[in-house]
Amino acid sequence: MISQFFILSSKGDPLIYKDFRGDSGGRDVAELFYRKLTGLPGDESPVVMHHEGRHFIHIRHSGLYLVVTTSENVSPFGLLELLSRLATLLGDYCGSLGEGTISRNVALVYELLDEVLDYGYVQTTSTEMLRNFIQTEAVVSKPFSLFDLSSVGLFGAETQQSKVAPSSAASRPVLSSRSDQSQKNEVFLDVVERLSVLIASNGSLLKVDVQGEIRLKSFLPSGSEMRIGLTEEFCVGKSELRVSLFPGYGPGIRVDEVSFHSFVNLDEFESHRILRLQPPQGELTVMRYQLSDDLPSPLPFRLFPSVQWDRGSGRLQVYLKLRCDLPLKSQALNVRLHLPLPRGVISLSQELSSPEQKAELAEGALRWDLPRVQGGSQLSGLFQMDVPRPPGLPSHGLSTSAPPLGLGPASLSFELPRHTCSGLQVRFLRLAFRPCGNANPHKWVRHLSHSDAYVIRI
Amino acid sequence: MPYLGSEDVVKELKKALCNPHIQADRLRYRNVIQRVIRYMTQGLDMSGVFMEMVKASATVDIVQKKLVYLYMCTYAPLKPDLALLAINTLCKDCSDPNPMVRGLALRSMCSLRMSKLDQWGQAEVLNFLLRYQPRSEEELFDILNLLDSFLKSGSPGVVMGATKLFLILAKKFPHVQTDVLVRVKGPLLAACSSESRELCFVALCHVRQILHSLPGHFSSHYKKFFCSYSEPHYIKLQKVEVLCELVNDENVQQVLEELRGYCTDVSADFAQAAIFAIGSIARTYTDQCVQILTELLGLRQEHITTVVVQTFRDLVWLCPQCTEAVCQALPGCEENIQDSEGKQALIWLLGVHGERIPNAPYVLEDFVENVKSETFPAVKMELLTALLRLFLSRPAECQDMLGRLLYYCIEEEKDMAVRDRGLFYYRLLLVGIDEVKRILCSPKSDPTLGLLEDPAERPVNSWASDFNTLVPVYGKSRWATISKCHGAERCGPELPKTSSFAASGPLIPEENKERVQEVPDSGALMLVPNLQLTADYFEKTWLSLKVAHQQVLPWQGEFHPDTLQMALQVVNIQTIAMSRAGARPWKAYLSAQDDTGCLFLTELLWKPENSEMQISVKQNETRTETLKSFISVLETVIGTIEEIKS
Repeated sequence: MISQFFILSSKGDPLIYKDFRGDSGGRDVAELFYRKLTGLPGDESPVVMHHEGRHFIHIRHSGLYLVVTTSENVSPFGLLELLSRLATLLGDYCGSLGEGTISRNVALVYELLDEVLDYGYVQTTSTEMLRNFIQTEAVVSKPFSLFDLSSVGLFGAETQQSKVAPSSAASRPVLSSRSDQSQKNEVFLDVVERLSVLIASNGSLLKVDVQGEIRLKSFLPSGSEMRIGLTEEFCVGKSELRVSLFPGYGPGIRVDEVSFHSFVNLDEFESHRILRLQPPQGELTVMRYQLSDDLPSPLPFRLFPSVQWDRGSGRLQVYLKLRCDLPLKSQALNVRLHLPLPRGVISLSQELSSPEQKAELAEGALRWDLPRVQGGSQLSGLFQMDVPRPPGLPSHGLSTSAPPLGLGPASLSFELPRHTCSGLQVRFLRLAFRPCGNANPHKWVRHLSHSDAYVIRI
Repeated sequence: MPYLGSEDVVKELKKALCNPHIQADRLRYRNVIQRVIRYMTQGLDMSGVFMEMVKASATVDIVQKKLVYLYMCTYAPLKPDLALLAINTLCKDCSDPNPMVRGLALRSMCSLRMSKLDQWGQAEVLNFLLRYQPRSEEELFDILNLLDSFLKSGSPGVVMGATKLFLILAKKFPHVQTDVLVRVKGPLLAACSSESRELCFVALCHVRQILHSLPGHFSSHYKKFFCSYSEPHYIKLQKVEVLCELVNDENVQQVLEELRGYCTDVSADFAQAAIFAIGSIARTYTDQCVQILTELLGLRQEHITTVVVQTFRDLVWLCPQCTEAVCQALPGCEENIQDSEGKQALIWLLGVHGERIPNAPYVLEDFVENVKSETFPAVKMELLTALLRLFLSRPAECQDMLGRLLYYCIEEEKDMAVRDRGLFYYRLLLVGIDEVKRILCSPKSDPTLGLLEDPAERPVNSWASDFNTLVPVYGKSRWATISKCHGAERCGPELPKTSSFAASGPLIPEENKERVQEVPDSGALMLVPNLQLTADYFEKTWLSLKVAHQQVLPWQGEFHPDTLQMALQVVNIQTIAMSRAGARPWKAYLSAQDDTGCLFLTELLWKPENSEMQISVKQNETRTETLKSFISVLETVIGTIEEIKS
């Protein structure tokens, strides 16, 4: 089964190394792995690599390499699942996963690995079960304060977020079994959607794909029951005869496919769209869903590009108009437009519609940053550039309408706080747990959509 | 259901069970135990006395034993930790002299059900079950029904493990296999758009594997395989491969549109991969693809033009109907080609199809003018052949420069191979123009090669044992080199050579063991490419072995040894020697070796008067399974050639 497990920093320094079976190599395999990884030809995949009878399988997570080696022809799905589960587990116990937290908590990580894997076989990866065995306390860099609003974020998505909850509150470690229970009882529930879109050059929509997740991070005592109420119009499947629970309330919130974590009790799902579960402490993906091609709301952004190119003089003019079709009260954050440009292009001038925007030419591409875009607004940018003419190319007889090689497609990245593209919302989060003290548990419910690939052909 | 008051009962019974006086009195002890059982049947929660009951199992009284085991089997799921304590007693009972006790212990052990396995345990068990051979069809379907729920698991590892088990168990029921592959479509597609690129990559590799057997399987989901700019290179390349394989009449327009977008990608490698992909789709949808490729030439980019011309070369060889369009697109290309591969392709096209390209002699003349500064010998060789070919169709325009080129190659060229080729052509020309024509004017295309290159749908069984292993992730050919270096390593989890098998051995009936060992063999025949066997060695081995298999295949009409040789080469069967074309009877000797080192020596004997081909195969190790696979490969090749001919 698994021979070795190690964690490398993004620069290749070994942070954690554990040999489970003593059947292969030695410590230098970590170095070997990094050498192989960096020396790999571009068209080969680094996911599984082979060296002298040993397979290296790894994932990249939070800038770290989590690697296992094995000499057997194992199930790749199983191993990748184990690695990402380990990443979550380490995140749960150390607060968050990163080079700093791992090196501060080396003892804890080794203790966890000892319990999770025995002679290369998985024993358990349940946060709950492991709490009984783990003695080491997590070392955290700074004390937590709920009022520390300087840095905000969402525990699930590694993105900047509006000020809804302090990020550090979510990145504290789960409680060990012996520590006092007087700490904050908190629950974080995030609905996160990734949106990938492809729009043809004539503006027609070629592909829409939404991958959604409901993620839960609980610091309540394990086994306390909670009920999550979803939008009642929520329905699953592509059937034309969609019956929403409350007819007359418009079309249902529809997804194509949905899968639940095995902890989720679906007794009340059919009748009331309520998920019941008794989660262990730590992070958990309650539900995953997908939706393609048929969004209930208009796409958040439309881009209207116009390109003029004079092939003779090499002058290239790109005019971009960006319309945000979100509801008026919503806004998009950290919007960035990335437009690859022909090789060797030189910027001449730019005109932007508002002062807070920024645009620059970097690495052969135009980068246009819009920190905040209000729903219903329209922004524009006019860019003049000079494209060097390839030598030996005749400067006449070619149409000027065709865009030059290497221009486009444009891609957008953004975050939409308090917005889900599928329309799915969490109606309520109810806890059956009654604290012994007077402190009521804090509940944080957040919605966020962000772009995965939002591509517009030019 | 437990109701109020059961605590008192449990407390009292516990006390009674612990009482040494009662324990000493066999009848009273049994009575107390009977009470426990009675309450248990009534629905009281009796799990509190589990410890005491386990102790009570250590007795010679068979009645008491039976009662205690009944209790344990009921509560073991609730108390998995304590149930482990009972195992010791059960094991001891298994070696009891009394057969009744032994039987009872075994039966109880089998019905001890502990709490549900977690996903890792499930995956382990599913993997372990691969070794089991159901005895009857009924048992097989019982097992499949039990496994059904695992296909719906939320863990990809468990879903894929269950899928593999289904594929292996149902190897004689193709409709069941297809059904399972339909059900695994959802989880696989979800993994393909997963946030984890590693998972995404592995899923894509498995999608490709499935597409080899069921080409239409993912066609309606083609958009899921469009690349996004932020993805790493290796995922983009996999997606392009998948797009090539799932293309059909409905989606070809959209897929080509998408691929065309990639052709102008900033990454030259990715752009070239996309162009090659369009080239491979062109074998089916020739006109549309040739049009796109021709448009790409208009961009006048070196890295694009060279790959397009190479694609054209391969295309006219396989699809002669597009020759006209290609010939019209070629003029002007030479300005944008600098690399050896591209030049060779262009020169080949100009030589073979020069009579249809008006300016072909002038383009070749440019190459001849600059031959001194040409750095690649391969380009010079190609130029010699191409010019000689063109000379045959357009002698007036080529004679002069052919003379100059031959003079240069013979007198000034430093590369021996080029010089020899020049001399050879010179001497050939001396023999006479008819002889040159006879030798150089071979067919200009061979559509049959395409059929051999991508063999029709491979059966699911040929890769079922590779599913959910590293084989699809590495790719079959890379896996072959890896496993060749480390022979023992090929034993996947299903093979019996691993140490863990020793412990599990007794679980498999003796007569099944052999069959288990056969599993990896069947269909997994892998012939080693580039086997080098001398004729002497072949002869010696051939004479020392007995014929392992002999059969006769029908063969009508004419015979082209070259086509056969090429076809055999594709499937890694080497031709050691063969009679010249037209000889009767006609004979050929072939050799091949699989990755475990087993040699297959074959004699083909064609007797035109009987219109049949006799095949005799000898093997240096007696292994029936691989022999069968080898014969079927041979049959397929010969069958294909026969079909093409007719």
